[in-house]
Amino acid sequence: MLSQQTSSRIPASVSRRRFLVSGARTAGVAALIGLGVGLYSRQSVSLSAEALRPPGALIEKDFNSACVRCGLCVRDCPFDTLSLAKLGGPATLGTPYFTAREIPCEMCDDIPCVKACPTGALDHSLEEIDNARMGLAVLLDEETCLNFKGLRCDVCYRICPAIDQAITLEHVSNVRTGKHAMFIPTIHSEHCTGCGKCEYGCVLEEAAIKVLPLRLAKGELGQHYRWGWEEKEKTGHSLVSPDIEHKYNLPEGQRYDYEGEGLIFDERDRESSKGRSDETPFASDPLETLNRSMEESP
Amino acid sequence: MKTLRYPGAEAVQGKGWLVAHKWLLVRRFSQLSILTVFMLGPWFGLWIVKGNLNASLTLDTLPLTDPYVLLQSLFAGHLPETAAIIGAVIILVFYLLVSGRVYCSWVCPVNMITDLAHWLRERLGIKSASNISKNTRYWLLAVTLLLAFAVSNIAWETVNPVSMMHRGLIFSMGMAWIVLLAVFVFDFIISRRGWCSHLCPVGAFYSLLGTHSPLRIRADARAQCNDCMDCFMVCPEQQVIRPALKGAEKGIGPVITSPNCTNCGRCIDVCSKQVFHFGLRFNNSTDDTAENNKHENKHPINEHTNQATEAEVL
Repeated sequence: MLSQQTSSRIPASVSRRRFLVSGARTAGVAALIGLGVGLYSRQSVSLSAEALRPPGALIEKDFNSACVRCGLCVRDCPFDTLSLAKLGGPATLGTPYFTAREIPCEMCDDIPCVKACPTGALDHSLEEIDNARMGLAVLLDEETCLNFKGLRCDVCYRICPAIDQAITLEHVSNVRTGKHAMFIPTIHSEHCTGCGKCEYGCVLEEAAIKVLPLRLAKGELGQHYRWGWEEKEKTGHSLVSPDIEHKYNLPEGQRYDYEGEGLIFDERDRESSKGRSDETPFASDPLETLNRSMEESP
Repeated sequence: MKTLRYPGAEAVQGKGWLVAHKWLLVRRFSQLSILTVFMLGPWFGLWIVKGNLNASLTLDTLPLTDPYVLLQSLFAGHLPETAAIIGAVIILVFYLLVSGRVYCSWVCPVNMITDLAHWLRERLGIKSASNISKNTRYWLLAVTLLLAFAVSNIAWETVNPVSMMHRGLIFSMGMAWIVLLAVFVFDFIISRRGWCSHLCPVGAFYSLLGTHSPLRIRADARAQCNDCMDCFMVCPEQQVIRPALKGAEKGIGPVITSPNCTNCGRCIDVCSKQVFHFGLRFNNSTDDTAENNKHENKHPINEHTNQATEAEVL
């Protein structure tokens, strides 16, 4: 504020100009700082792939606007799973995260971390921990996964809190040995909570199975995609009409049933082939085949 | 120019060291004990308070939330749960009563850093001054709210030294000490009271809360002022003192009404003439000091020289 003394000395236009200039400069400084903070904050919200959010966390964009960085979730986690991101850490400064390989989420039934959140950045409507989606396990490295080598490691499958639902073992023939099965750990996103126990338990030096944030781990179908077989079941007929029967161009007397029967020989044809079967070197009974070859040999 | 001397030296002589540092000591005790209560949990497993200054839970029942952070969250597009809202209302009511910037001088941990920087600065006689306007903080306050809206993130929390320090001490510091060092250097070398009194938007927010707070510092005995300038030397918001202390002739009451006053009480400490005291903002008329007018003859105020000295110090 100008005292009367000064205003009498300085013309009004000059003091007004001075006021405007200093005001503009102040606003400019604030805007510059704001620009810097804005750019930096945009830079720093990029969540590292190793950093997983606690159960019930809103999607990343909403989480950053809802989380007040108080750390109450960290305090109420009984397993010290969560920590607050430090400056230069893997998540936005002061926000909670956990690293599955270090301490995974133990999936408490009462979900204390969500209850502790005062703002709802961890969604209080999450009441069943099984409905949490902290991330999604992905078997990233088939080259080092022991089960892919035909071994029965199975640790990720055994340690999974949703065993046989989130991770199943699918049998595949082991081409290397030619006679064994491989038990391939297979993850099902409708049950995987992303707790990270599989990644934590993986016996390799660097885990072959890892929990990734959903945005990285999960594909998304185009909105217009339809599975033909599902639509057919729903409506009772094919969406593409008319449903033309597939032509297999098989020899006369043979048909192919693509819904499980396989190759079908018509009755007439089968009779004629029966006559020919005696001429083959192999009888239907293996013992007879052996005997026959004994007789034939000198 | 005045020779370098301790502000408050006369007060120490007159009242004794302890009385001349009473409010400073009480204030440091307040800052440290609030910090300690937060640290008891992580250090000794004594969970009286969980969380940090942004939001906390006391004795598992009382939620407290920083209304400024919650306001940014609102601007960013999130409607918080009731616990956070209740916590923010409690804090709002408290600071509306005791004056918002009590947060700055009695609670905020960064105040200890900037006070140290200022103390060293005065001791070493560093006079450098930057041209940053004290209004920058209000612009910055507006900018942080707009930013929250624009980037859907409580953007200020990615750089805020206040929560960085408090969170750093209670959870883990990481690289945040660099930012705190920057604040110290800024206040020490670049700008007098640079951070707290010019830039910090947290302080700006809380000062707005204090616009009508009843708890204020009063200069009821302003007639006894001997123009020693000690209060100006120690005050983090020097501009707030003058109207109350020197406004008698202009009809301005003795209450320091500016919401920028942090109610730190240091002026009470360093005044050897007992001019200041904590009081209420009511009865702010010039008549109240009439009884003190007789002292005016003992210490005639020469407006001209007074202005000159002040200009030198500023």
